Amino acid sequence: MKKLWKGNEAVAEAAIAAGCRCFFGYPITPQNEIPEYMSWRLKEVGGHFVQAESEVSAINMVYGAAGAGARAMTSSSSPGVSLKQEGISYIAGAEVPCVVMNMMRAGPGLGGIQPGQSDYFQATKGGGHGDYRLLVYAPASVQEAADLTYKAFFRADYYRNPVMILGDGMLGQMMEPAEIPAAIDPAALPAKPWAAGGRNGGVQRVINSIFMNPDTLEEHNRELTRKYEDMAKNEVLFEHYRTQDAQVVLVAYGIVARICKAAVDALRAEGIKAGLFRPITLFPFAYGELAKLGNGAAQKFVSVELSCGQLIEDVKLGLYDCEKRPQVGIFARVGGNVMKPEDVVAYVKEGRLSASWIK
Amino acid sequence: MNQIVVSGFGGQGVLSLGLLLSYTAMKENRNTSFLPSYGPEMRGGTANCSVVISEKEVASPVISRPDILVAFNEPSLARFLPAVAEGGRVFVDADTTDERYTSLANVTAVPLGRLCGAYHKGQNIAMFGAVLLCTGMRYESGEEAVRQTFARKPQFLEDNLRCLQAGYAWAQKAGL
Amino acid sequence: MDKIVFRKPKLLNDTPFHYCPGCTHGIVHRLIAEALENLGEYDNVVGIAPVGCAVFAYNYFRCDMFQAAHGRAPSVATGIKRATPENTVFVYQGDGDLASIGMAEIVHAATRGENITVIFINNGIYGMTGGQMAPTTLQGQKTTTSPAGRDPLEHGNPIKICELLATLTGPAYIARTSVHDVRSVKATRDALEYGFAMQKNKRGFSLIEILSTCPTNFHMTPAQSLAYVKDVGCKAYPLGVYKDIGLQAEEKKA
Repeated sequence: MKKLWKGNEAVAEAAIAAGCRCFFGYPITPQNEIPEYMSWRLKEVGGHFVQAESEVSAINMVYGAAGAGARAMTSSSSPGVSLKQEGISYIAGAEVPCVVMNMMRAGPGLGGIQPGQSDYFQATKGGGHGDYRLLVYAPASVQEAADLTYKAFFRADYYRNPVMILGDGMLGQMMEPAEIPAAIDPAALPAKPWAAGGRNGGVQRVINSIFMNPDTLEEHNRELTRKYEDMAKNEVLFEHYRTQDAQVVLVAYGIVARICKAAVDALRAEGIKAGLFRPITLFPFAYGELAKLGNGAAQKFVSVELSCGQLIEDVKLGLYDCEKRPQVGIFARVGGNVMKPEDVVAYVKEGRLSASWIK
Repeated sequence: MNQIVVSGFGGQGVLSLGLLLSYTAMKENRNTSFLPSYGPEMRGGTANCSVVISEKEVASPVISRPDILVAFNEPSLARFLPAVAEGGRVFVDADTTDERYTSLANVTAVPLGRLCGAYHKGQNIAMFGAVLLCTGMRYESGEEAVRQTFARKPQFLEDNLRCLQAGYAWAQKAGL
Repeated sequence: MDKIVFRKPKLLNDTPFHYCPGCTHGIVHRLIAEALENLGEYDNVVGIAPVGCAVFAYNYFRCDMFQAAHGRAPSVATGIKRATPENTVFVYQGDGDLASIGMAEIVHAATRGENITVIFINNGIYGMTGGQMAPTTLQGQKTTTSPAGRDPLEHGNPIKICELLATLTGPAYIARTSVHDVRSVKATRDALEYGFAMQKNKRGFSLIEILSTCPTNFHMTPAQSLAYVKDVGCKAYPLGVYKDIGLQAEEKKA
């Protein structure tokens, strides 16, 4: 049944529906409703909640619980997610599945507490040290946030890899009607024979990411890369909105894509053939799908983002091989400001594609 | 479609009014989004929220040009009035809003003090009643939303239902 | 007829220890295995190896093991214990790991009364990285980053973990032991067994600090190292029980 859900609470309930029984977090605005919700709700379903002494500690609790076989999650916002990067690298290196929620705010440093998307590079290009990738989902509505959070636990287990939900303060705070996916019984999930959860019957399981022999580590890197390439083949998600005959294609993810949808409608109403391409997975990125647009009717692409030129790099990569060499520009608001649909409309109507967001 | 901005001081029931609109929209089987401002400004400072009510899927929860603005104080008017769409309507409190605003053609000054009497806390509910009529949603759905909101505080329900009725009836009489 | 008079504890496998001659890690590993075996714990044990020389501890134990980031082992243990409370969970950390980079994690695991057992190896030096100053390095002790000896004015003072953690309400058992002679080795095994019994009885957080050697970075022979721990280490870090709430709820001790 549909209920009016706040984004932060919807993702928390969706995690529980997916069988998440361990949550470790630390307060930071604008995601506090997630640990608050988990603190009482997990108790109801026989799960475990710990408010850790830091984000550093919380992600390592996730490492322990998930490495012992439980479905585990942590959530934070940008500065806190930076602190988790060490742990995420270890978790990726040790091939432990978990879900990390980032309700982004504007940066760098302490930045502000209003919405941002400036952790795009951090989320999609690694974030911590060493070669690893996260599967990154960027929901654009409360319903999609719930659905993708639910899905994240299954994909995490499948790949034995951390999955990140990349939202922002606005998505976390806003309310929309949504239906939480049907709850599963975590006890009914397939066993994880790799998990170091005790009762090993004499066969030791080790959760680790240390490989001192260069050849062994190279082989490990090869296996990880294979996994990321599998993701790129099988996990890419995206949405087209009126791109069929679009000459100007807005590229945006998350809540910004919603703003762009309204802008597309307004532009179409004025006879301008605009469309929206919305990546739903940010890693893997829908390079191929974007290239199809670049080889079609689209002549102009605008990366619309709440960051100073991060998404645009993947847009350019996607269009790199297009014979028609479509133009690419950026329209951004940052610092916690969010563009309005009419701002996007005005940018497109002006017709000049700027290479830098400050021009 | 309605694009509604509600704004005022923290504590004036700004966010509850917005939420009531979204709850009512749900009961009317319409699509809706409720987007609150958040952060330290909610505590003592100004608060605002954007509510979209739509037959279609809600595109942007961020509103460029509201067709309904509810402004509980003058800083809110200064900030949001210029953005109000052509033909849009602005709701203010008749008692506390300066005449240079109340005299504007698109401004509706609701006599909240008179409508609520001694029950000051119900002023946002009376305002909700007036706005409710303007959105074309049914009174019964609005009443259901109020009942749901006060489900855990039944001692306040009767007063608030009275304020809702007063605001709605006033708007009907005013020909909104 | 031959008779077996000495055998390995069940929790250890046959891999030869890679530790330097005279290093006490091997002794402590064995004591952990013996203590757990004495309590009948075998199949339901999960250990956490630290960063440092004991990073490969999982090569010697038969139980499930995690390798944790520097300083984070108590948090990893918290996650494991919460997810699988039926397991006996032990954390193995050195002084740099626990008392420097992991100070927040150990203090908070202790104050939460997390039902885990921590084995804290204190040899006053960073072994694996080559003999740098540790938070527990003694005043005047020469290391590669305090070549003229640790000067409190310049380098700060050594940290006494047992004394510090014993001030908290959360811990159930805090003790400092040593492994410099047969008697202290036996006392250490008893302390470990007691710590694990605390966990088994769900009494909460237990930590056993074990004064240890690092002959390589002490620039001493194994025998000299043991004598140093006995004569100098035990003076600076007095052995004893710093907190003990008793194995049973009604019992109340030190």
